[in-house]
Amino acid sequence: MSDKLYKVLLFVAALVMPTVCGGVIYALVTDAYEAFEHFGFFRFLTSSEWSYTEGAEVYGALPFITGTLMTTLLALLFCIPFSLPVALFVGEYFKGTRVAAVLSTVTDLLAGIPSIIYGLWGFYTLRPIIMAMNISPQGSGVLTASLVLAIMIVPYAASLSAEFIKMVPNELKEGAYSLGATRAEVIGKVVFPVAGSGIFSAYILAIGRALGETMTVTMLIGNTNNIPDSITSTGNSMASIIANQFGEADDLRLSSLIAIGLLLFLITAVINMIGKILIKRARIS
Amino acid sequence: MIQQKIKNRLTKEKLMLWGVCLFAALTAVPLFAILGEVLLRGYDQLSWSFFTEPTPTAYKAMKAIEAGEPIPGGIANGIVGTMIMLGMAVVVAVPVGILCGAYLAENTKSRFANIVSYLTDLLQGTPSVIIGIITYIWVVVPMKGYSAIAGSVALFIMMLPLIIRSTEETLKILPSSLKEAGLALGGNRARVMLKIQLPAAFGGIFTGVLLAVSRVIGETAPLMFTALGCSFMRFAIDKPISAVPLLIWEFFNDPNLQELIWGASLFLLLFVLTLNMAAKFWCRTKVL
Repeated sequence: MSDKLYKVLLFVAALVMPTVCGGVIYALVTDAYEAFEHFGFFRFLTSSEWSYTEGAEVYGALPFITGTLMTTLLALLFCIPFSLPVALFVGEYFKGTRVAAVLSTVTDLLAGIPSIIYGLWGFYTLRPIIMAMNISPQGSGVLTASLVLAIMIVPYAASLSAEFIKMVPNELKEGAYSLGATRAEVIGKVVFPVAGSGIFSAYILAIGRALGETMTVTMLIGNTNNIPDSITSTGNSMASIIANQFGEADDLRLSSLIAIGLLLFLITAVINMIGKILIKRARIS
Repeated sequence: MIQQKIKNRLTKEKLMLWGVCLFAALTAVPLFAILGEVLLRGYDQLSWSFFTEPTPTAYKAMKAIEAGEPIPGGIANGIVGTMIMLGMAVVVAVPVGILCGAYLAENTKSRFANIVSYLTDLLQGTPSVIIGIITYIWVVVPMKGYSAIAGSVALFIMMLPLIIRSTEETLKILPSSLKEAGLALGGNRARVMLKIQLPAAFGGIFTGVLLAVSRVIGETAPLMFTALGCSFMRFAIDKPISAVPLLIWEFFNDPNLQELIWGASLFLLLFVLTLNMAAKFWCRTKVL
């Protein structure tokens, strides 16, 4: 095979990416257009009604945008107290030891569990616990979904943060030790400030994961089409409303669901892009 | 005064160490809780017939429950469906992904390669439910029906970025002297890639493929709108077909079939985690 043919072949293969991504955006935009045209872009975003009575169909995305934001932010909140210690354990305290390797294997395996199995576990184990603790009567809701979501994103946040914590130069840490700092002080005054931007980007990418998580949230959030009024009440996220209703929807409802899909796609794309840019910057500096 | 201060700092130091250890250990709890629950509730359902028979109808299951017998049937239709869709997806995704990854590794400076690289990240971060919508619009609507083909297209789109990335990264960490030696011996670029670089990178690429398979094999959401599911054994690729995660979702929603959830979950979980461990082990021993 000549060099020229080889180059053309690779180029053609690389064309797959722009084709697929262009196709994704084109298909989402054209199919969401009907909903945006019918309700108006801003009204669709800010309306909290979701009613499919024939003749008086009204669809608005606000309850689901709220649901997604609530579950994601809560999951992030619950995830930090676990992922940060794991990152410190693997990247600082027990760096390079066998215990650290075991713990990273454990988090790798956590990342490998399919989301439907997380959903089952949340439904059959966590939900009864929440009911028994009298937090919410039906057990499912924003809180339950976020708790399981938090477990799911710990591995992503932890492994990336650990990578940045490991990269903190030894000379800096030794400098602080020689001034008499304890290890806790070194972590607070040297490791976090130096690795901070990297750790921050790790959490941004973890948010990107949590935003689009579908099955776990669908099984645990309770699936009601209202704006959740507290963290224990039920709701729906953007991904879960799609999973719930896409199969039975047609015409305007289908278009509205695809419009929600388009919004979700844009939000995750922006979050992931910010995360990647921050990571690149953190790696260079 | 000063002694008190030092004491405080040392207590803080100890608290920090123990806190980190405690919370890091707590993170392992969910893994064992999930593994334990699925194992304990699922192991007695695994039998030969569980893997060779298709799912029972809700009526049959109801009868069996009333008679106090175990539910007949298994998840064979799901296993066959998963294998068919995964097979088709892998056969297309691996060559395309490797070629695309090779393009990225060979053209690090071109502007187009930068765009392709960015789009790979974009696709990798796209929620799987959206891949489902896209495949529905692209394949299910024009074909006027759910099918195994649609399901495999969804899996293909999800695997592609993972394979591209692992190929690119493995090729990039190969020493450039390897490629230069090949070129110096008079091989053209294609030959050097095929005979030297790809064989040397095989371990990394293979790990990437294993991880990609283990990522998509448990995906449920994209298959719900594409493969739909089917309660009997089917080998046709233009008709709705089942898959193991789809069956779990079906069992979850059907009170008569709920007993079957755990056997199916145990099978899926063991399969995914074994693939994961195999990839990790392979990665440690074979890469360079």
